[in-house]
Amino acid sequence: MNSRTIKSSAGPKGDSIRSDCYVELELKESGGIKLNLQSKVESMYGESIRKLILDMSMFFNLKNAKIKVEDYGALPYTIAARFETAMKRAMPRTKKEYLLTFSKKSNYKTTKDRLRRSRLYLPGNEPKYFINAGLHQSDGLILDLEDSVSPTQKNAAQLLVRNALRSVDFYGGERMVRINQLPKGLDDLKYIVPHNVHVILIPKCESAKQVKRVEEEVKKIKKDKRVKSEIYFMPIIESALGVIKAFEIASASKNNCALAIGLEDYTADIGTQRTEEGNESFFARSMVVNAARAVGIQPIDTVYSDVSNMDGLRISVFEAKSLGFEGKGCIHPRQVKVVHEAFAPGNEEIDKAQKIVLAFEEAEKKDLGVVSIGSKMIDPPVVKRAQKTINLALMNKQISKDWRKQ
Amino acid sequence: MNLLKNAAGRLVPLEVNGKEQIPFKGINKFKPTGNKANPPIRSCKDYPANGNKVVKDLQTALKIAGLKDGMTISTHHHLRNGDALTNILFDTIKKMRIKNIRWYPSASFPVHSHLIKYLKDGTIHHIEGSMNGPLGEFTSYGKMKGVGVLRSHGGRYQAVQDGDVHIDLAVIAAPTADSFGNATGDQGKSACGLLGFALADSEYADRVIVVTDNLVPFPCVPWQIQGNNVDHVVQVESLGDPAKIVSGTTQVTKSPDRLLIAEYVAKFVEDSGIMKDGFSFQAGAGGTALAFALFLKEKMKKKSIKARFVRGGSTKYLVEMLEEGLTEYILDGQTFDLEGVRSMHENVNHVNTSPFTSYNFHGKGNFASMVDAVVLGATEVDVNFNANVVTHSDGLLLHGIGGWQNCLFSKCTILAIPSFRDRIPVIVEKVTTLVGPGELIDVIATERGLCINPRRKDLLKSLKNSSLPIINIKDLKKEVNNICGGKPAKPKLNKEKIVAIIKWVDGTVLDSVYQVIE
Repeated sequence: MNSRTIKSSAGPKGDSIRSDCYVELELKESGGIKLNLQSKVESMYGESIRKLILDMSMFFNLKNAKIKVEDYGALPYTIAARFETAMKRAMPRTKKEYLLTFSKKSNYKTTKDRLRRSRLYLPGNEPKYFINAGLHQSDGLILDLEDSVSPTQKNAAQLLVRNALRSVDFYGGERMVRINQLPKGLDDLKYIVPHNVHVILIPKCESAKQVKRVEEEVKKIKKDKRVKSEIYFMPIIESALGVIKAFEIASASKNNCALAIGLEDYTADIGTQRTEEGNESFFARSMVVNAARAVGIQPIDTVYSDVSNMDGLRISVFEAKSLGFEGKGCIHPRQVKVVHEAFAPGNEEIDKAQKIVLAFEEAEKKDLGVVSIGSKMIDPPVVKRAQKTINLALMNKQISKDWRKQ
Repeated sequence: MNLLKNAAGRLVPLEVNGKEQIPFKGINKFKPTGNKANPPIRSCKDYPANGNKVVKDLQTALKIAGLKDGMTISTHHHLRNGDALTNILFDTIKKMRIKNIRWYPSASFPVHSHLIKYLKDGTIHHIEGSMNGPLGEFTSYGKMKGVGVLRSHGGRYQAVQDGDVHIDLAVIAAPTADSFGNATGDQGKSACGLLGFALADSEYADRVIVVTDNLVPFPCVPWQIQGNNVDHVVQVESLGDPAKIVSGTTQVTKSPDRLLIAEYVAKFVEDSGIMKDGFSFQAGAGGTALAFALFLKEKMKKKSIKARFVRGGSTKYLVEMLEEGLTEYILDGQTFDLEGVRSMHENVNHVNTSPFTSYNFHGKGNFASMVDAVVLGATEVDVNFNANVVTHSDGLLLHGIGGWQNCLFSKCTILAIPSFRDRIPVIVEKVTTLVGPGELIDVIATERGLCINPRRKDLLKSLKNSSLPIINIKDLKKEVNNICGGKPAKPKLNKEKIVAIIKWVDGTVLDSVYQVIE
């Protein structure tokens, strides 16, 4: 009698697929490993792909199986993720993880108050967008496990994102992951916390409790895996309840670095639609800004979804800035530059900031307790803000490094 | 096969298809002497005094022209992928049971995969021109009877002019012609812009047949091809598919990575000081090149800078620059979209050029070396700046040379390319096929930064204060290998069998293309 054959597959297939691969797995009783590889890069990397698949089979103790790989030029971390997904779909009880060498270039850390003007969303199951994402110089890159991943592909995306965190160079951009809405999102954490994620975005956040649940789980995994570096949180407010509880959420964890708003879901929740003017979200956005400022973290605005309208984006950033936001979500790399330009300080702002910083440095040198320009006293938060403005101006090359001499 | 290592260190055959070859001797090192080819003298007496050279159909024309086994027949690629005539031509030749034709196209397109059956059955012996897509694959697997010869547009003119290639019969597709044989490409339902690629053939071929789907009463003006060089005129219903002859609109790339490359190139042209009043540039119709032209246009507008001329492939984007006064002339070698055709038809400052004026290396100069900056592509570039445009890293021959080799003589040659495609490294240790020697290539612009040829100390100096990411090409190669998962394996080639050779612009042999093992 034949036992039931177990079959599984992972990854997309079709002529339009690029930089990804399809894996089909059929577990057998005998016959060893039969690998059938069709690859667009056969002549260059065929051997290397075969070796990877065989190594992984051995690692997972897979002895008899028919394996089919249709490769459309996928990079090794993608092939490994797809194969592991197929493996785990065939053998759901497998706990082992096949981890590729952690790239030295992915070792860098972040800080709580780093600049977060732009964060670029990358759909978590689309590897072709990962590899060059960092070149577009957004302050942060979000590997998204939530809305951009279909419910049937959540486990595939978890492994792909884990592998990407280990293998892909994001060129200094802050490494962010948007987990799924809780409680599902708690399951995402073990795939990211041990792999130098910098910021975890908690979507559709409606209570301090949710942040605390994430915090606890992160703590547990960090302890287990001996992760030393700090991991920060950015709760996203996307509902009426979330808006009302904004302050409670913002103050839920000392590792909250920012509070963001997501307007697509919010406007639906309050029973209206997004307009270009945005009157419907004024209250919510102001709530988020004030809640964030009240606890001293960064208020971050929603995405601008018309990728072809750069003027609209620019206006939307100006408006966000005037409301008090410090950052904006990007869904296309071309938006990054526009967002940075729009968040850049104006000339008057820079002038004023330079005077304040110079006065502050002068006061420090003379060991004065009070900073003043002429007869006007300058409060410490104003000095801090001025320093931020100068840093931004430096980053945007609006002033030169030796501006003090000029 | 008798092989010799040429000045570029590549093994090349000394004889191809029974004809002796000269190995590449280095850039500007080979200077032939003697006279050009001499076409036979003709007499008016043999042609109708009323100027009417129209014959019944193509088969009749081929018959009168004396088509025989083993002849060389030339065609041209100005109808691009919309070309139906070349396929009909070989259907007719097959019907006439003629064999062993040497096909001498100025380029081939996927539409010509129709001809594979004639390569198989011996109607066509081999191709000298470009072998694109399916034809290239056919050649690569060693299935063509003779050895393919790839030449640049300028090299094609040079070969005809110097007598390296004798054309027995030229068949010229003419979107508009009169019964005398005057022909133009700027009008008619199959309008393609210009017919420059057919110029050499009209001047040097033994017999010239003009085929048109828009026969007008004498005179056809302008006469891009002169009827005085034409033997017969054939009228047909249709030359091909107008939608594929020129695109309605050419598309700027939407890829953020390609746009980034284009932005870098435009910034390079600005920061290096090349962009100044009266300058010139050339950019093709590829998505990245178009985006470059758009970015450069913005920069020119901002600084109120005007170009003296731009070289096409023209597209609506260059036409806009001409019409907005950002350039005084378009010197056009090929029109890619309907706007390009319209402009060439209407605007005297949109000038048609030919491989003779633009590219021919054995002339008293040519335009290519007068261009301040040219933006080109490549399939591979190596750490010594050598580049490949004809084969891919898997060894397959998939593209022609086009004007690419000729353009390398520009004052600043920029290759705008991604550092890898999917998992295929573009920056490599050594190019699979050498098509452009590194000493003529100045800048490699990739999404990961720009590599400047160390020979160009002047460029490096002019970029000292630029914020452009300038990187070392060896570091870039290392990074690309890291991303792709190690050094790519070499393609499996049969080094015993050469399937095609690459000619340099002076007619010498620069490299060999080997059979790919299936």
